[in-house]
Amino acid sequence: MAAIASDVVFEGPVGRRRARVFARRNLTLVAGSVVLLLLALSAVAAPLWTSRDPQAMSPSVRLKAPSAERPFGTDHFGRDVFARTLYGGRISLRVGVIVALLALTTGTGIGLLSGYSRRLDSVVMRVVDGLMAIPSILLALALMALVRASVETVIAALVVPEIPRVVRVVRAQVLTLREQTMVEGARAIGAGTARVLLRYILPALVAPLIVQGTHICASAILVESYLSFLGAGTPPHIPSWGNIMAEGRTYVQLGVWIILFPGLFLMLTVLSINLIGDGLRDLLKV
Amino acid sequence: MVVVALVVFGLLRLTPGDPAAVIAGDYATPDDVAKIRAKLGLDQPLPVQLSLWFGNVLRGDLGTSIFSGLPVTTLIKQRIEPTVALAALTMVIAITLAVPLGVLAAWKQGTWIDRTVMVFAVSGFSMPVFWLGFLLVWVFAVQLGWLPVQGYSPLSRGLWPFLRQLILPALTLGFVYVALITRMTRASMLSVLREDYIRTAHAKGLPPAVVLLRHALKNAGLPVVTIIGVGVALLIGGVVVTESVFALPGIGRLTVDAILRRDYPVIQAVILMVSGVYVLINLAIDLLYLVLDPRIRY
Repeated sequence: MAAIASDVVFEGPVGRRRARVFARRNLTLVAGSVVLLLLALSAVAAPLWTSRDPQAMSPSVRLKAPSAERPFGTDHFGRDVFARTLYGGRISLRVGVIVALLALTTGTGIGLLSGYSRRLDSVVMRVVDGLMAIPSILLALALMALVRASVETVIAALVVPEIPRVVRVVRAQVLTLREQTMVEGARAIGAGTARVLLRYILPALVAPLIVQGTHICASAILVESYLSFLGAGTPPHIPSWGNIMAEGRTYVQLGVWIILFPGLFLMLTVLSINLIGDGLRDLLKV
Repeated sequence: MVVVALVVFGLLRLTPGDPAAVIAGDYATPDDVAKIRAKLGLDQPLPVQLSLWFGNVLRGDLGTSIFSGLPVTTLIKQRIEPTVALAALTMVIAITLAVPLGVLAAWKQGTWIDRTVMVFAVSGFSMPVFWLGFLLVWVFAVQLGWLPVQGYSPLSRGLWPFLRQLILPALTLGFVYVALITRMTRASMLSVLREDYIRTAHAKGLPPAVVLLRHALKNAGLPVVTIIGVGVALLIGGVVVTESVFALPGIGRLTVDAILRRDYPVIQAVILMVSGVYVLINLAIDLLYLVLDPRIRY
């Protein structure tokens, strides 16, 4: 990453041309980043876009279709869907990012150790294989049934199914890297296991892990919405895109907009994250 | 499989929550709860519970549902038809749509056709299945009135009503799968199209369609078949959600209900079965390689 950052400087007239060339070559990456940035801004700066409270109920304006005054309409309690969608983005994006970070760090830790120690490896890989054979939605759902629903437990339930995937990627890389001369050389000059793992092997893993992280983030946002939809996700008093849609499901015939707009935002978010992931994969040649 | 069984068992038992207390209700005395627990065998030490369950599974007895009191095998038998029907129809739709799309995109690489197909493919696994399901219901069932909103009609009551009920769920679920297979087909075709023998085939003056389908697609088939197998996991997850949207009385509904009620025997049995099916399908695909590529030997 450092190498990329240093040879791309977008200042001055030459820089601007370079930026254009960069953007044309990495169309998906740039387009994804721009859309995601806009969506993240709309969520973070939600109070600037709407003065309405996402939780305020006004029964007199129940199930109103979108209008100039209420661009996304209102739901069955008369809550403003536009405000709810913007605020919902905060939860969904936070869940996605935190899940990706947690899964990456734990997965990398386990993967590094298991790739390096044969004895640990056989045990870890059996558990990983076992976990991977269970579809992640079912696993997350089963975990959620065991604990009280809150944003933290949702995050934990989403992290667990993702860890094995990270472990796999990391372990595979470690297995090939540890046979390379640079590792042998490091050992020869007296580097300990921890030093070899952290200073020699970890840096080579950064690129594939970043790409993996975008995919985890995208899938976490999606699976959170599935959990909410099935009644085992974020508690109803915290609006996330998932549970706004879950509440709107009974009113599809009366007000399709309740479910349409949060879903559209969710889709754009996940789509842009996936595009960033694909773009990064091409850019970093993973 | 043994590991899956162990993981599922461990996960469910080591976490707090007592089904006996849930069944007994709020007004039960501790004595009642203890009685129920004894009846369910939950008072035994964990290793005993585990070995009992294992032995029964090997004999084909998956236990009895804590809530309905019916054997789990009966429950699964009752619910299996809609699920298998949905999964099968989805696969058929997905493969017939995705492979031609992928071939088309690879053939027209770099053109707007290619780009449209790819955007379509990425958006396919960027949207929640249930959201797509509700939108399709809204358009085709509510607005146009062409298809029924929800429900299921068993095959025994006629093919036409059966298909009418399943077409929307299968389209919904198929979208993700189409996206996955299209991407793989395109990537695989692109790498094959660079091969020398493709150039030779063109040079011989064969029509492009023949080169594309007989020479390229046949050799691009392996990764596509692999991804179809890997995608089964995705399909299973999607089935759970799709059955909820369309109120299909299938395995997915059974699982969700069981999980929300902590019906241990049912959860264990279903997850075990689902993982088993997944492993079996991927084994079948490994064997299919032998047919598709005579160079592979085991």
